[in-house]
Amino acid sequence: MPRLKRQFERLSHLFLPLSVLVFLLIINLIKGADYFKITMINGVFYGNIPNILFGASELVILSIGMTLVTAAARGQDISIGESGAISSAIFVQYVLAAGEVTIWTILAGFLISCVAGLVIGAFNGTLVSFFNVQPMVATLILFLGGRSIAFIIDGKVSPILANPISNQIGTVIPGVPIQTPIILTAVFLVLVAVVLKTTNLRLYVEAVGINPSAARLNGINPKKVIFLTFLLMGICSAVAGFIAVNKAGRHDSVNLLKFIMMDAILAVALGGNSLAGGKFSITGSIIGAYTIEVLNRTLLRLEVNPEAIKAFKAVFIIILMILASPVVRVFARKLLDKTKAIVTSYSVRQTGGLNKAVVSITDSSAKKEE
Amino acid sequence: MGSLNRCKPKTRLSNSTLLFLIAGIIFLLMYGIALISFPVSFRQFQTFFDFFNLNAALFIVTLGMCIVMIGGGIDISVGAVCGLVTMACALLLQSGTGNIWGALLLALGIGLAFGLMHGYLIAYLEIQPFIITLAGMFLAQGLLTTLHKEPLNVTKPAFVALRRFTIEIPWLGTVNRLGVFIPCEIKPSVIVVVVLVLLYAVLMKWSRFGRNLYAVGGNRQSARMLGINVKKTIFLSYVLCGLTAGISGFVFLLTTGAGNIGNGALYEIKAIAANVMGGIMLNGGVGNLLGAPIGTLTLLTINELIRAAGVQSNLQAIVSGLLLYLFIVLQSIIMSLRDKRKFRLALPPWLKPHQPPEGKEAGNQ
Repeated sequence: MPRLKRQFERLSHLFLPLSVLVFLLIINLIKGADYFKITMINGVFYGNIPNILFGASELVILSIGMTLVTAAARGQDISIGESGAISSAIFVQYVLAAGEVTIWTILAGFLISCVAGLVIGAFNGTLVSFFNVQPMVATLILFLGGRSIAFIIDGKVSPILANPISNQIGTVIPGVPIQTPIILTAVFLVLVAVVLKTTNLRLYVEAVGINPSAARLNGINPKKVIFLTFLLMGICSAVAGFIAVNKAGRHDSVNLLKFIMMDAILAVALGGNSLAGGKFSITGSIIGAYTIEVLNRTLLRLEVNPEAIKAFKAVFIIILMILASPVVRVFARKLLDKTKAIVTSYSVRQTGGLNKAVVSITDSSAKKEE
Repeated sequence: MGSLNRCKPKTRLSNSTLLFLIAGIIFLLMYGIALISFPVSFRQFQTFFDFFNLNAALFIVTLGMCIVMIGGGIDISVGAVCGLVTMACALLLQSGTGNIWGALLLALGIGLAFGLMHGYLIAYLEIQPFIITLAGMFLAQGLLTTLHKEPLNVTKPAFVALRRFTIEIPWLGTVNRLGVFIPCEIKPSVIVVVVLVLLYAVLMKWSRFGRNLYAVGGNRQSARMLGINVKKTIFLSYVLCGLTAGISGFVFLLTTGAGNIGNGALYEIKAIAANVMGGIMLNGGVGNLLGAPIGTLTLLTINELIRAAGVQSNLQAIVSGLLLYLFIVLQSIIMSLRDKRKFRLALPPWLKPHQPPEGKEAGNQ
């Protein structure tokens, strides 16, 4: 029983993001009952749910990296969209230079773009871990200059990826009923889960995030751990850039993954993670990322005035954060306890428990007298 | 660094002052480089005043951000609030019913409303400042696009007169090729900037609120132990930042004369960069308020320098990013050197209690 309770407490932080997701889905169902309908067109599943999974794939991947960085470095990386743009620009250039495009070309290009992501992550990580710069300030540099670097790599045009394999990665592979970005995201999630299960990454990151000097005294090098999280963030952004550029079919250095860092940070916060570092929950962040995508699509589906979408989103976030805030939580718990007390006292009186209590008290006093 | 410490062994330089000095030296260095490489344009006083004339709103936004950053928070809604205020004021002035005072009141009101919302949610409900101000940014952007989408030029005569109004400084100026003396001009918004800088500097230096804010930004727990009302202090800092953003919106309208969706875009990022250059740390508790205008001036000088050098437009962002990188690394190296020195001086008395203190002093000297 205590083990079950512990298990439940471990999952209690997922309560908020999940309930929000369910709430949004119910709104969608009220709007139209055919929300969950999935149709098969040309052997591929389409519908609202596949579209959400398809649309949120980059955001999910980026929010995983952002969770790690937030937990270890106690700050946010605001250059993720830019680093994705740079690494995908390198990928596009490699593929275009190769001439004949095979699956191996794409794979090699992807690996090269991952290396580029690692280099960018190392740049940010060096600043944060070895120079003790606050993460937001350190990543501000690439945020300001990153798009221009991608633009120069592109050769000042927006190159088009017009080959069948990229097209298949961006949309569907013939014979597979699920869109490819969804599959890639699932593979990535499985990889992350395996890494977190088999390595000490979670323990180290949480230790560093909770107290870096205590972690150092226990033999964990906080600098190395923070550096490592930035490297992982670089890989995440390279993968997200790879998916985004294949989805779009062309590399638009100005608009690719633009302002996605805001959504990624939001996803981390919606998932019940503290933005001041420490314990983290990747599952929460993933649910948060899907919630943001559902929210965006819900606002579109409810036919909200497109100019006012951002305002509605803001109001929604504010209400959500108020409900999740520690003060309100404590208040709710107090209220719950009070109602519980009232209910129990009422039920005791109802069942004649009061008489029994009186009898037992007199009994005990009688025993004492003896 | 070392010489500074030796000059004043009794009163050690505080981190704030040290960072402020670094910021000042960097600014003088940048301006010196600008003077040497482009003497014709930078030697004119008007160039210097134009920084203020054209970017008054950025200066004001930076001041508000500086206060929040000293308190250990962040407010990324300032740019969007600034843009919203310009559009709302432009609409009010164009509708024919409102006058300039009404617009000013509206600007202050919008700023105050956002400040109160952020302050209450962050200080009293203990929600993470980044998320709440991000929501505030979305809200301001959404309201801005709902209000009006097209650029809106203000043609109200009284406002245009105020916009055109310039103050000439008769004893400063340049002689042009024809031998005609052209005095320097400053706009009324520059006076707003100067007044706000002085006001806030006094507030942060000598008022109870300012001192409390430094304490809260440095360490919230010990500030509470000292009997400081932490929540109220943080609340006030966000209210002040919101108000400042409102003022900056009005000043922005005075500068450009039009409400536009793109107004104040990326001001929050620019303000953070300027504050970092001015020696104000995002961790809180460290920084001199006068560093904010100095940092903004440095940022503007760099941009102007890059533009004057004729660097390609897409390289400009990279170069300014690289310069920012250099400053950040320089700041960090100086701070870590200082930290190491502190470490070595502070540790011996606890680690070696059996050693006589005189010997330790002599050994260290």
